[in-house]
Amino acid sequence: MKPFDYVRPATVAEAVAAAALPGAVFLAAGTNLLDLMKGGVSRPDRLVDVTHLDGLDQIERLADGSVRIGALVSNADLAHDADFARSYPAVAEALLSGASAQLRNAATVGGNLLQRTRCAYFYDTASRCNKREAGSGCDARDGENRSHAVLGWSESCIATHPSDFGVPLVALDAVVEIEGRGGRREIALDQLHRLPGDTPERDSALEPGDLIVAVRLPPAARGFAAHARYLKVRERTSYAFAVVSAAAALRIENGKIAEARLALGGVAAKPWRARGAEDVLRNVAPTADAFQEAAWRALADAKPSGDNAFKIELARRIVVRALLLAAAGTPARIPALPASPFAATSGAIHA
Amino acid sequence: MNHSISLTVNGARRDFVLDDPRVTLLDLLRERLHLTGTKKGCDRGQCGACTILVDGKRINSCLALAISHDGADILTIEGVARGDQLHPVQAAFIAHDGFQCGFCTPGQIMSAIGMMSEAQAGNDPERIRECMSGNLCRCGAYAGIVDAVLEAQGHMDESNQRRSA
Amino acid sequence: MPELNLTSAPAHLRHGSNIGQPLTRRDGVLKVTGRATYAADNHPPGMLFAVIAVSSIARGRVTSLDVAAAKRHPGVVDVMTPDHKPELAIDPEIKTNPFVFRMEALHSNEVRYANQPIAVVIAETLEAATEGAALLAPRYETLPPLVGLDAGESFVPPVVGVGNPTENHRGDVEAGLASAEKRIEATYETPPQYHNAMEPHAIVVQWDGDRLSVDMPTQGLMLSLARIAELFGIAHDKIQIRSPFLGGGFGSKGLMGGPPVLGIMAAKLVGRPIKLVLRREQMYGPVGHRAPTRQRLRIGADGEGRLTALDHHARTVSSTFDDFYEPAADASHTLYAAPAIRTSHDAVRVNTGTPLFMRAPGEATGSIALESAIDEMAWACGMDPLAFRLKNYAEIEPITGKPFSSKALRACYEQGAARFGWAKRSLRPRQMRDDAGLLVGWGMGTATFPALMFQAEARAAIRRDGSGVMEIGAHDMGQGAWTALAQIAADGLGLDVDRVEFKAGTSDLPDAGIAGGSAHTATAGAAIHSAGAAVIARLADLATNDERSPLFGAGNAGVIARDGRLIRRDDESRGESYSEILARAGVAEVEARGTGAPNPAAMEEYAMHAHGAVFAEVKVDPDLGQVRVTRMVGAFAAGRIVNPRMVQSQLFGGMIWGMSFALHEEAITDRRSGRIMNANLGEYHIPVNADVPPLDVITVEEHDPHVNALGIKGVGEIGITGSAGAVANAVWHATGVRVRRFPIRIEELLTQL
Repeated sequence: MKPFDYVRPATVAEAVAAAALPGAVFLAAGTNLLDLMKGGVSRPDRLVDVTHLDGLDQIERLADGSVRIGALVSNADLAHDADFARSYPAVAEALLSGASAQLRNAATVGGNLLQRTRCAYFYDTASRCNKREAGSGCDARDGENRSHAVLGWSESCIATHPSDFGVPLVALDAVVEIEGRGGRREIALDQLHRLPGDTPERDSALEPGDLIVAVRLPPAARGFAAHARYLKVRERTSYAFAVVSAAAALRIENGKIAEARLALGGVAAKPWRARGAEDVLRNVAPTADAFQEAAWRALADAKPSGDNAFKIELARRIVVRALLLAAAGTPARIPALPASPFAATSGAIHA
Repeated sequence: MNHSISLTVNGARRDFVLDDPRVTLLDLLRERLHLTGTKKGCDRGQCGACTILVDGKRINSCLALAISHDGADILTIEGVARGDQLHPVQAAFIAHDGFQCGFCTPGQIMSAIGMMSEAQAGNDPERIRECMSGNLCRCGAYAGIVDAVLEAQGHMDESNQRRSA
Repeated sequence: MPELNLTSAPAHLRHGSNIGQPLTRRDGVLKVTGRATYAADNHPPGMLFAVIAVSSIARGRVTSLDVAAAKRHPGVVDVMTPDHKPELAIDPEIKTNPFVFRMEALHSNEVRYANQPIAVVIAETLEAATEGAALLAPRYETLPPLVGLDAGESFVPPVVGVGNPTENHRGDVEAGLASAEKRIEATYETPPQYHNAMEPHAIVVQWDGDRLSVDMPTQGLMLSLARIAELFGIAHDKIQIRSPFLGGGFGSKGLMGGPPVLGIMAAKLVGRPIKLVLRREQMYGPVGHRAPTRQRLRIGADGEGRLTALDHHARTVSSTFDDFYEPAADASHTLYAAPAIRTSHDAVRVNTGTPLFMRAPGEATGSIALESAIDEMAWACGMDPLAFRLKNYAEIEPITGKPFSSKALRACYEQGAARFGWAKRSLRPRQMRDDAGLLVGWGMGTATFPALMFQAEARAAIRRDGSGVMEIGAHDMGQGAWTALAQIAADGLGLDVDRVEFKAGTSDLPDAGIAGGSAHTATAGAAIHSAGAAVIARLADLATNDERSPLFGAGNAGVIARDGRLIRRDDESRGESYSEILARAGVAEVEARGTGAPNPAAMEEYAMHAHGAVFAEVKVDPDLGQVRVTRMVGAFAAGRIVNPRMVQSQLFGGMIWGMSFALHEEAITDRRSGRIMNANLGEYHIPVNADVPPLDVITVEEHDPHVNALGIKGVGEIGITGSAGAVANAVWHATGVRVRRFPIRIEELLTQL
């Protein structure tokens, strides 16, 4: 790890100013940043420790019915907040399907959203990677890429964003509050992460010094609480990133879908909102056929970036299943195996 | 640049000067405070061998900078037993053979203690398995680990009942 | 009741007092309190930290290292490179015996594999040494690496495994295939796998003049000591190695590899104690792995489901600079009664660290292919997989024609199947679902592992206070040597285990051989048993030749050692305690040595193997292809069980490794660079707690008078065999999809579900 200056600002404004300098990065829990620094992927000159800032670790219910989650709230505290989990069950389930209990205890809301890709070529400093080093090339494009993107990728980058948390958040129209050199502003979470295009070195819309201070879910997000699930296929039962995941949330009125929300994880450089599929589902009955159609629509633009054509078919099937689960209704308690296809096994076997 | 920090480690306050901000809690414990019960298996938050409790919560100490945890209250495996009296989780790990080589064991035990205070898994084996999945065991002692946690959880439930009765 | 009977009754009948008890681990308290010291927990005064820099290319040459940049970093003390290092006494490329493997000791600029050590940075702190290694920024002259099972011209190695013939045959395979009514031919692939013990390889070194003190985990204290002695040109008695606990070994800590040698060199270079610990990613190269294989099986069966021929060919790889060949096809030698069997191997060389023994080397790899193929043939014959295996049950070892020293496999099949409920299995695949609609499949596999013996020595003593001492340089890597061997020692000494001081884990004790081949308990146990008998015989000599003793005149053959007393065999009311005998004789203690060794006559006469049957249930999501094992039952017959608690843990561990083989672990190599792209525990998947279902182990009683004095066969590796195939076969039974490339990936199921 490269030596760095460590600064601990007293206020958000100080933090923003300190982090705006070249070579500076924010340190929150560090569960991703330290990993990157140990691997030589990230070599900052200055760490601006925001963990001691006041007021960023609250979950607030606002008068208009929205919820405001401080950027330093831990993943575990958010998922285990009973009121939050009741109101936004898919978000809680996604949080609990990510990483491990230890990492969730440390990792923050802001850090989760800003975690970097897990592309092995990004992590491997001996490989060429346009995201790590602009213009160096992409060794993943013709490499071991079965886990890479099938949506929104470019010839310069086929990495995916690994967050589970971001997937239901983007489906629920989450808004990110940012403190920057120009003061406070907010953007839709859907606008936070960038698709790679020709500039994959830029993961997000953030400018130097920009600090995420909160994530807000608008009032309408609560309306999906009765029919919301997150589903994640992985290569082991727990403690693994998604091969593909989906968040599905439905507002069902009089036996019809009044409004549907759908987003995919593990398929693109950002949590992938499937608005086309949502349109398909508006004002239709929640049937398997409708969900199939939505799934086709959701993946209509997908194309393999390597040995990963299977992910397109897998994503379609996950969409269908996640919608079916959501339609069946949010379980009273988050399953023992959150987001797992095995979440609901009862054990009885029939020949 | 030197940084003065203070930590409470296993109940004792430790003040010291950190000459390097790169030092993780794990390396601080092992190489500077010589508390080597906490183990380094991967150093990247991928195995759980370095699990400790910080302010009562289990975390991976390999991914935590010591300097950022100035003022924290830390519990490591060395601080779990009361003298010769083992913590119920420790005793249950022995009784159920919840380990073989023992290298992941301090992390497993700290994780189990942290998990029990999180009160999410209760005595449901499936939830215990899920909630203990951040601690890899290459020997494959998982069955004994789950049984040990169930027994310790039972002890805790009993003593809670006694207390409330 | 501790008892050692000194008459000539068969040895295997003597025990069953301390031995056989499910004691908890004697090192348990140390391990649950963090007080068990593993190598990297040591910190001698004045110690420096050494960090290895490794190559990022797989083939070529290092052309420059920025040593100056590393040295400029505050705290860096020195940088050891091929141009700046202590000289070794012998060339590390010379193979002085078959258990010496070539290593990188900075003796060349050549790069032969990715993650090869190319320099060592030594610093006052770990942080400085780590960054110093990064600052070396090596430049290379790169050559295209050889990668994969088709990397180049194949060749037939002279031997596979440890001295096994490359080819074996019995009967006429082609004729057997030609006459068969059913024939299958199938090719299975297994990936490179890495041991990934939780404890990274580590060494703490202190030189004191020409004396060398070393803390390092080793499965072979004396082999390591001998290798260090020859590399550094120092006498054996100048070296002490301490290895009281290994944080797992699985074969990767058996033989001296390059990294600990670099630690010893670094300590010599700077004249201060050194700690050198591998980073997890550095364990994917210089410390061995299980080589990939491609196995082709051709099997014939007659109209009644009797095998007519079994042909098993395995392609594997070795490194470009040394030889170890995974003996995968040898798995077909012992299990099924085909009248014609042929096994053969070939190999290619690739730019990889040299493959090595990894838990059940050859047996595990071969087993998953063989058990899959047997399952395929059972289906082709329309037979239940268990019925098919029973139909082809080998009453004698098929490849040699020798009788088995003991074989309780039939009982394993029966008891395992009954416990599992196998009789309710549908013959056809994809017939069973659970309440949630998940596909359910049941599969089985046969387990087998040879009962091996190596050489070991032990020293026993009885002290004036009536307590005993047993000394042997044995290794506890988790299997429970501190407990199981102490139990054997207690029985050998006629004492309760609490009255025995059991010393192990250091190189100044008698040579216990290597902790490998599932033979450590048997080998070290035999030495302990014999040392115990010898010291009791000396004690008996003292008593029976002393006319003041109530045992006078009884003669050795008439004395029994029990509970710290010698008593007359013909009159148990007459006897006296060890301390009385020693007090009267006026000696502080009596001591004796004993040895354990293979019995060549028994090996000539008998095929000696442990056996087992593993049954697995999996659930598969019918749309998404994710697999979860939900139940496993293993029934194993492995001779005498010294400590049932620890044996169960060993077998559980093996079964989990089997599951991992079938479903999870795989090193992924970039075919262009030869680099392993998942050299970490996040992406190299080993099972987590949530992957592991309730496991059930049955140990089937088995008495084997031939394998060794104690009748022990070993349980460290057999659990992985059979289990891998059982899980793979269960996936087929659940889905109807036969996947022949391991681990089974979601996409292979997804596209066919």
